[in-house]
Amino acid sequence: MTTFAPDSILVFLETTLGGEPAKSTAELLGAAAGIGTPVAVIAAEAEHLEALAAHAAQAGAHSVLSAQVDSVVLTAPLADVLQQAYELVQPQAVLLAHSLTSREVAARFAVRHKLALSVDALGVQRDEQGVIASHSIYGGAFATTSAPTFGAPVITVRVGSIEERAQAQELALRALDVAAGDSAEITVQDVSSVQADSARPELRTATKVVSGGRGLGSAEQFELVYQLADALEAGVGASRAAVDAGFIEHAAQVGQTGVAVSPQLYVALGISGAIQHKAGMQTAKTIVAINKDSDAPIFEIADFGIVGDVFKIVPRVISALEARKAQ
Amino acid sequence: MKIAVLIKEVPDTGADRTLNQHTGLADRAASEAVLDEIGERTLEVALKILDSQPETHITVLSMGPETIQATLRKALAMGAAGAIHVSDEQLLGADLMLTAQVLAAALRRDQYDLILTGNMSTDGSAGMLPVMLAELLSLPAATSLSQITITDGVLQGTRELEGATAQVSTPLPAIASITEALPDARFPNFKGIMAAKKKPIEVLSLADLDVEALPADTARSIMLTVNQRPAREAGTIMTDDGQAATALVEFLAKNNLV
Ligand SMILES: Cc1cc2nc3c(=O)[nH]c(=O)nc-3n(C[C@H](O)[C@H](O)[C@H](O)COP(=O)(O)OP(=O)(O)OC[C@H]3O[C@@H](n4cnc5c(N)ncnc54)[C@H](O)[C@@H]3O)c2cc1C
Repeated sequence: MTTFAPDSILVFLETTLGGEPAKSTAELLGAAAGIGTPVAVIAAEAEHLEALAAHAAQAGAHSVLSAQVDSVVLTAPLADVLQQAYELVQPQAVLLAHSLTSREVAARFAVRHKLALSVDALGVQRDEQGVIASHSIYGGAFATTSAPTFGAPVITVRVGSIEERAQAQELALRALDVAAGDSAEITVQDVSSVQADSARPELRTATKVVSGGRGLGSAEQFELVYQLADALEAGVGASRAAVDAGFIEHAAQVGQTGVAVSPQLYVALGISGAIQHKAGMQTAKTIVAINKDSDAPIFEIADFGIVGDVFKIVPRVISALEARKAQ
Repeated sequence: MKIAVLIKEVPDTGADRTLNQHTGLADRAASEAVLDEIGERTLEVALKILDSQPETHITVLSMGPETIQATLRKALAMGAAGAIHVSDEQLLGADLMLTAQVLAAALRRDQYDLILTGNMSTDGSAGMLPVMLAELLSLPAATSLSQITITDGVLQGTRELEGATAQVSTPLPAIASITEALPDARFPNFKGIMAAKKKPIEVLSLADLDVEALPADTARSIMLTVNQRPAREAGTIMTDDGQAATALVEFLAKNNLV
């Protein structure tokens, strides 16, 4: 019978549709290790559980609780698993990614246990009274901290925001047998992957991002954004106008109603810099903008800006980068 | 069919938004409050159902301060049949859990076939309320739908997952949340505006809903500190003279970015 450390932090690890560990795994365990003893909980299809558990231990989980589910898409059964793990471990905090699936698991679980929810945290700390989460509000304009009135907080962490990593551990695995719950759920008929390419860094966790806006003009011309991204080994993003125009899929949208990123380098091509776009990128370390309108608001926050035509400038930047690499 | 549409007033995302550094609450005087854009799109989904199924009855539901009444009136002018406004001083600074409990209590007062919400608000960005309601009301929730149709008591939709889409369905009653891929709301016409004047807005307090703001068994999330981040300053801006590309690459190299 395993016992769990009194300072256990329960970490719900998400699984991709293909049965792989989600990108957030290492950073969630890293965040947990900073405030206590990370205990991972994994819910996936049976054939993937062994590999996922090994990966979790490698990424820093002191123990791993795993349970089989039929699908990783429906969130009520995932919350059933988390609930059982919580009752077993009695942790001081529960951490999950602020991703579509995990945030729903967090919400369902918090309601069932009447626990306080802290959402979209950029970091977690500990003081004498317990675990505190820090947040960035209104697109980075304000920094706040939050804590529960009592009990373990359920905290969702923004993907790509934690740099700390935990030390690898020996695998200590325990299988949970979670009976199907009685929550009402929807039926999933058909899942189709829209992930175009996996060779490029993923937008949320990329250290460099190149984004294109309406100024790229068409889906064909948007290719220029990919070319610069590849020359810089960067992930690809877009403005809402570029997404609405069909240049790229919605998952690439940066901003208020898209992804919020804080990379080392953010390059905005043909993007005006509307407040809602800035809300998703103004905490980047270095911002570069190319826009033909010298009055574009993006220049107000750019560390380096070029007033000019992206179709003339970007190809020259790419050749200069290639020339530099060849040296 | 009875549809409840959940809408919310938020600080305008098109201007600088401010938190009061003492209370941690949104500074309502500093930024204009507007109907969250996703709420307009949500209402439009319900109005489209009303267009094709005239016996549909739409109720808009919102929790928030007095000012939301103008927005509720506009929703009535667009075609909603009634509105519910939950208003109570004790709801100032309500966290997600209290908000979900209040909205669930208001929804329990009637038998809705469909409860429609946006996937995420622009001020909270939690994206959690729809499933919290699903738990509290024991209903299935089809969330993040970029397409939605209702036929013969069954909801069908396209759910936007990360890196994938799923075709989902559920019999009604159910909760559905939609994404901004769905169209913006129509404008109210003159006839609608006149008709809205006679439509009811029911105002409910926590006591009416029998919800306690601070029950002993429910943990709340509280804000401990608030700090304003310093504004970013502009750096080097140059006009392209043929040399700008080289200058950019030098800048990147100097900052160890290539
Ligand atoms: C509730 C709400 C949420 C929103 N959420 C988001 C969000 O998440 N993300 C987001 O991005 N937007 C969001 N928006 C929309 C936002 O307000 C802007 O409309 C959008 O960001 C504009 O995109 P853009 O900069 O690509 O287009 P535009 O504003 O049209 O700018 C295009 C720019 O390209 C430049 N340009 C054109 N041709 C060239 C060329 N050949 N070379 C160089 N420059 C060129 C132009 O000078 C112009 O500055 C939201 C809006 C609302 C109301």
